[in-house]
Amino acid sequence: MIDVVTTICLVILAVSAALCVGRVVRGESVADRVLALDSLLVVIVVGVGVQAARTGSGVYLDVLLVVALVAFIGSTAVGRFIERRGTR
Amino acid sequence: MSTAADVVTSILLLASVTLVLLACIGLYRFDDVLSRTHAATKSITLGVILVAAGAALQLRDPGDTAKLIIAAVLQMVSAPVTAHIIGRAAYWSGTDLSPDTVVDQLADADVDQFD
Repeated sequence: MIDVVTTICLVILAVSAALCVGRVVRGESVADRVLALDSLLVVIVVGVGVQAARTGSGVYLDVLLVVALVAFIGSTAVGRFIERRGTR
Repeated sequence: MSTAADVVTSILLLASVTLVLLACIGLYRFDDVLSRTHAATKSITLGVILVAAGAALQLRDPGDTAKLIIAAVLQMVSAPVTAHIIGRAAYWSGTDLSPDTVVDQLADADVDQFD
C-alpha cells in the first residue's frame, strides 16, 4: 500500500517541480526565479521525505537537512544582491 | 508494520504533496512577485511539516525523528525570512505590481528611510 501511495506522491511532486521550472524559465525578474528555485529545493526536500517513508530507511535524511539549509542561505544571499542591484 | 500506521502515513503524505502542488500552481499562475511569495511560503511550509510527520511515523527511530523535526522547524523559521527578504528586495527595486492590486500603502514612502 505504501508503495502505491508514495509512487503517486512522487508523480505529483514531479508535476510540482515542472511548474517551478516553468516559472524559472518564464521568469520576468530575478526575484521570481530565486523564489521558484527556492520552491524547487523545497520540493526536493519533500521528495526525500517521501522516499524515506517509502524505503523505511533514514540514510537520506541528512541530505534533506543540507538541502533545506542551502535553500535558505542561497535565497537569502541572492535577495540581498537584488536589493542592491535591481531586479533585472 | 501495522496497517493503521500505513494508512495515517499515506494520508499525511498525500495531504503534503497536494499542498506542495497547490503552492507550485500558485507560483506558476499568480501575476506578481509578492503574490507568488505568498503562494510559495505558507502551504509549502505546512507540506514539509506533514511529510516530516508521515516519514517519522514510518521510520520509528528517535534519531531520524529528531532530524525530521529539525527540518520542519528550519522550514518554519526560514520560509518567512526568505519570503520577506525577496519581497522587500523586489518591491524596493521597482518590480511591477499586479494590475489587480487594490492598495499600495508604501507607494509614497521614502526608500532611503528603510536602508
